[in-house]
Amino acid sequence: MAAHKERSGFRWSPWNLLLLVPLLMLVTPWFNSTDPVVFGMPFFYWSQFLWVPVGVVCVLLVYLRTKGDGEYAPDVDERVDDLDEGARR
Amino acid sequence: MIQWVQLSVFVVLFLVVTVMGFVASRWQRGGALNHLDEWGLGGRKFGSWITWFLVGGDLYTAYTFVAVPALMFGAGALGFYALPYTVVLYPIVFLPVLRMWSVSRVHGYVTPADFVRGRYGSSLLAFLVAITGIVATMPYIALQLVGLEAVLRTMGLNGTGIAGHLPLLVAFVILAVYTYQSGLRAPALIAFVKDILIYLVILVAVIYLPAKFGGWSAIFGAASDKLAQPSPATGKPAGSILLTGNNQLQYITLALGSALALFLYPHSLTGVLASRGRDVLKRNMVALPAYSLLLGLLALLGYVAIAAGSKPITNNATGRPDTNTIIPVLFDGQFPSWFAGIAFAAIGIGALVPAAIMSIAAANLWTRNIYKEYLHRSATPHQEARQAKLASLVVKFGAVAFVLFVDPQFSIDLQLIGGVIILQTLPAVAIALYTRWLHRWALVASWLVGMAYGMYLLYLIPNPAANKAHFGGSALTLDKLTVFGWHPFAGSQVQIYVGFVALVLNLVVAVVVSAVLHALKVGNGVDATRGGDYHADEGSKRLRPVADVLTQ
Repeated sequence: MAAHKERSGFRWSPWNLLLLVPLLMLVTPWFNSTDPVVFGMPFFYWSQFLWVPVGVVCVLLVYLRTKGDGEYAPDVDERVDDLDEGARR
Repeated sequence: MIQWVQLSVFVVLFLVVTVMGFVASRWQRGGALNHLDEWGLGGRKFGSWITWFLVGGDLYTAYTFVAVPALMFGAGALGFYALPYTVVLYPIVFLPVLRMWSVSRVHGYVTPADFVRGRYGSSLLAFLVAITGIVATMPYIALQLVGLEAVLRTMGLNGTGIAGHLPLLVAFVILAVYTYQSGLRAPALIAFVKDILIYLVILVAVIYLPAKFGGWSAIFGAASDKLAQPSPATGKPAGSILLTGNNQLQYITLALGSALALFLYPHSLTGVLASRGRDVLKRNMVALPAYSLLLGLLALLGYVAIAAGSKPITNNATGRPDTNTIIPVLFDGQFPSWFAGIAFAAIGIGALVPAAIMSIAAANLWTRNIYKEYLHRSATPHQEARQAKLASLVVKFGAVAFVLFVDPQFSIDLQLIGGVIILQTLPAVAIALYTRWLHRWALVASWLVGMAYGMYLLYLIPNPAANKAHFGGSALTLDKLTVFGWHPFAGSQVQIYVGFVALVLNLVVAVVVSAVLHALKVGNGVDATRGGDYHADEGSKRLRPVADVLTQ
């Protein structure tokens, strides 16, 4: 088996560590309080909304840094809806 | 009293979607629909936009939109777990989902059980994963119906007995027929309408309603007062707008456990496998949290309903007030009729999209991992597709029967159990994406243990408010946690999510038994996958041709 074992099935980028940052949101004692209130909303609520962009930025950075990391050959099927051009590189 | 304006708007939008569902079979059609890759995965070529609407429509279901605010309405801060759940979700699944897409694309896997079959060469393990998936998905489909019915009843179609369920039945027959006809393309196309309507409604609701009730500060004040009142059943406050010492751990483990469970559900993977490449998925992991914001705002409408003094409608089929009607009631009372009609259509169509995807996912599991594996080994792709189409009908009517003949509360309980049991496939599906160190027999053993222990703990949980002695919820007080009669946390009132506890035990068993089996040098099956398979991308020569290439 070992004879045709290819490049390891596991690839690592240090940027992946960024994916751990949003998990800090699970530390509830940090934000389980009423004050400071903003627009009448207790801290517990508005602070958790702020974690949404934090999560997005972390995932975005990992995406930008690992873009096209898959094994790729450019002969892609062209028959795709125009609406869906986001799929093109 | 039937609300004619609301009902008319609802019916018009429903008809638009129905036409789209039938037209979808011609949309972006590759080869013949008589191959599972076409019918069950839309040809595996959805790009970023379609995937975003499809997966969004799949994960954020009507039930979510109805149940999360209902939980806030009833229990306060705990219901807000939906926000951290959907924030930690994408970072957690980002890497494993990419590996799953690549390996499935290389080997032509359609379901998570297909992958397990290939990875371990064990049809038993694949069977266990498939059965878990089907059992967990069925009540989920039934719950979409509960969401749809909450809307129909609010519009005045609140009859008694079987006649009261008739509107629901009609809606579902239509859904079943166009899903049969068009496969995954139907929900993919309808998801566009659903999401646009949902966004419109939620944005209007969160801007217009708080202003109407004196701003957020008045709303949180009203919610705080109401939740602090002692509940008649238990004598304790129903909840609070902040977490208490006892439910913080529940909040954390529920958010984390739900995030780990979501992409183990077969319907989530159906959406993932239907996309055309890795970068499409990556872009989606960045863009999908847009729905999280929406869900967080929507959750707060539960408090708005308190401030507005909304009262849940009594379901005439069961004779009990149904808290799931709280958001429809709020819209009904506060919006002009025509806009309430749009809002109800958004929720109703929001039920159809996931119900269609779920029934397709369950049908794929049945066809690939039970029918082809055990009943008809030599099935041709054509026979597979035919079998899956029929199975999707059976699954949907099974769900309707559930709602018709069984108390809806039972579906809710089952969905709760579904979340706990689907989590028990994590070692066999998600960890196996990275390593085969966990032994296949250890995975069978740990599945059994996790499953049994999870069910046992759920059985122990009472719900005095609903007058139930067992299966009363997913929050276990540590006091009740037992390991063969030993109570390690006796006296503690701290709560934890049952699924999480069962998963921990599952992992411990998997590791210990694997170590023993490796020491005894027990054979671990044949791995059909290779390292590079987990990184293959669109255009790679590794990929197996999709059905339409084969049939041309």
